[in-house]
Amino acid sequence: MITRKRLAVGACGLLAALAVGLFPASATAADGPTAKEPPKVDLVLDVSGSMRANDIDGQSRMAAAKQAFNEVIDAVPAEVRLGIRTLGATYPGEDRALGCKDTKQLYPVGPLDRTEAKTAVATLAPTGWTPIGPALLGAAQDLEGGNATKRIVLITDGEDTCAPLDPCEVARDIAAKGIHLVIDTLGLVPDAKTRAQLTCIAEATGGTYTSVQHKAELSSRVRQLVDRAADPVVNPMATEGAKQCEGAPQLKAGLYSDRETFGEHRWYRVDVLPGQELRASVSIGADRAVNNDYGVLLRATTAHGREIVRGSEAGDGRTDVLSTGLRYPKAEIDDVDSDDKPVPETVCLQVSNSFSAPASVKTTPGMPVELTIDLVDGPDEASDVAAFGLGRGWWLLAVLALAGLLAGLVWGWISRWRISVWRTN
Amino acid sequence: MRRVGTLTASLLAAAAALTVAGTAVGTAVADTPSPSATASPGGAKAAESAPTEAGTSFRTAAAFRPGQKATAGASSGDYLYWVLPIDAQQRATVKAAVTLPEAKARHGASTWQLDVYDGLRRRQACTYGTQTAAAAKDAATVELSCTLRTVRAGADQWANDPLPGSYYVRLTVVDLPEEDLGLPVRAAVEAEVKETGGIQAVDGTLSTPLVAGTVTATLREPEDGWSGGWWSDRWVWTAAGGVLAALAGVFGYSLTRGSGRPSRA
Repeated sequence: MITRKRLAVGACGLLAALAVGLFPASATAADGPTAKEPPKVDLVLDVSGSMRANDIDGQSRMAAAKQAFNEVIDAVPAEVRLGIRTLGATYPGEDRALGCKDTKQLYPVGPLDRTEAKTAVATLAPTGWTPIGPALLGAAQDLEGGNATKRIVLITDGEDTCAPLDPCEVARDIAAKGIHLVIDTLGLVPDAKTRAQLTCIAEATGGTYTSVQHKAELSSRVRQLVDRAADPVVNPMATEGAKQCEGAPQLKAGLYSDRETFGEHRWYRVDVLPGQELRASVSIGADRAVNNDYGVLLRATTAHGREIVRGSEAGDGRTDVLSTGLRYPKAEIDDVDSDDKPVPETVCLQVSNSFSAPASVKTTPGMPVELTIDLVDGPDEASDVAAFGLGRGWWLLAVLALAGLLAGLVWGWISRWRISVWRTN
Repeated sequence: MRRVGTLTASLLAAAAALTVAGTAVGTAVADTPSPSATASPGGAKAAESAPTEAGTSFRTAAAFRPGQKATAGASSGDYLYWVLPIDAQQRATVKAAVTLPEAKARHGASTWQLDVYDGLRRRQACTYGTQTAAAAKDAATVELSCTLRTVRAGADQWANDPLPGSYYVRLTVVDLPEEDLGLPVRAAVEAEVKETGGIQAVDGTLSTPLVAGTVTATLREPEDGWSGGWWSDRWVWTAAGGVLAALAGVFGYSLTRGSGRPSRA
């Protein structure tokens, strides 16, 4: 009876162990997307004089844009807060100073009244200049507030002629505010200069650039971008790494964003308890024109500066980000009184990069850094090369069979010898 | 003597049969494709269907499972991201096909690249496959593929070995004429996994797979959950070896016994 009970307990234990083995706790399973705030999208439309050109499927650029807007307004997902801003819509004159301020909010970012929005779009007529920089600043203001995902969709047919305010730098400054804002750009039948400017804006904010030649492309792409804003995404928390480990920000498990200029080092600190595993990964975005070869290094060191482990990556050519990561399982402490509170170890994380840029490229603000920190239970350390020290293969079978045979023979001879000894006595 | 002989012979035969059966079980386990690979698209739930959009960063990567075909419309120059779960002892091959813009809109050849990163965003090596391919000016499609190393259940902290968890796929054009940026392309990505069995069954396991907190979709883990990495056909091999050794022992013992009576009375 007792044996049976014991057996049952053993079986239960085994089952539990199996269950644990089969379904490891999914602690890494994030805490889900950050509290659901409606995503905001601002469509920024160029209404400059050049939009009159009749070169999109035989229609004027303006007509194509209007039709696309109507289709997009019809198809906006319910949770998206949509706004519309125009540039070059009101001032038809020749005064540059005035023309370069000409941007206004056509429809405020908020719950969408489809009829109202469409009526507003219908009133537009190609008029003035192309002040992209001020329009982006205005759009960023329209989207201000909240922690939601924000997206600007810029549709234009010409480059910004309102120097010295470079729209690309404006875009990078907006992105550097850490407000989760992405700018997607669409060029209507773009020329080389427009393309360069729009790709620069997109690159600076992690957005995309599309060149539109046909009407259908325009509406489907804008719709895709608006839908993308509605996708659930985990937004990072802004942090600012220090120059050395001392005084560096203390990070918990989560997703963080920061900025780092060329050749700069940023330090962060993480507390790791014995028996925990630290997982960290870092991505540095190449948000501007950088030289062809680059690298990133993530190092975990002790508080005294001894390196524990590092992750590094290098690359060349066209890229959006360069990433690397590391794991640091801190060993369990065995000989400690159970009532002692375990003392966490402070691990310093250093993020450095070897990006460089031509002299003409501005180095501030720094490149976007995305840092993920995860703390999970430590792994079962390997005590053997093979799983559980088990063997495999024909050699194993042959060795075992041979050993068995020899053991059998020896055992047989011993017992024979013993019998004959017994008989003789 | 004869009886023992027959017994031993039959035992040996049984052992051999068992061994064969053992390996058969082993290979059967090894050959079984991951259940997700056989999941019929019709039977899949709506939430589990393959994505028709791609993400544009690690954070927004679209999740799919091996066996599914993820598609996306994009502009050339976009960085497209997908994420899929790969479990221990699986060897994954990621394939991508890009349908290029119509040839008359393009100005020259382009080069496309497929990169795979693990759950810690570390780049993973492709053991074979065309990871980077050039498309001629008049080509209609580009095909890329990347076969990863076999995923191991555990590795020491200094190693870059592939571990069970999320794997990010990044597809992008790395070289093209400036004028061709932003043209519409279509991309399709699929992955197949092959169970390699116990050959790569290593000791030590992660407590949790390397799934980044940003991957929140339901497709972030294999259909039947993570294996936990304890099973491998090494158990079968070792057990079969034990049985064989026991039988060989009996056989060896019987050889020394003769007919059961000492010959010298």
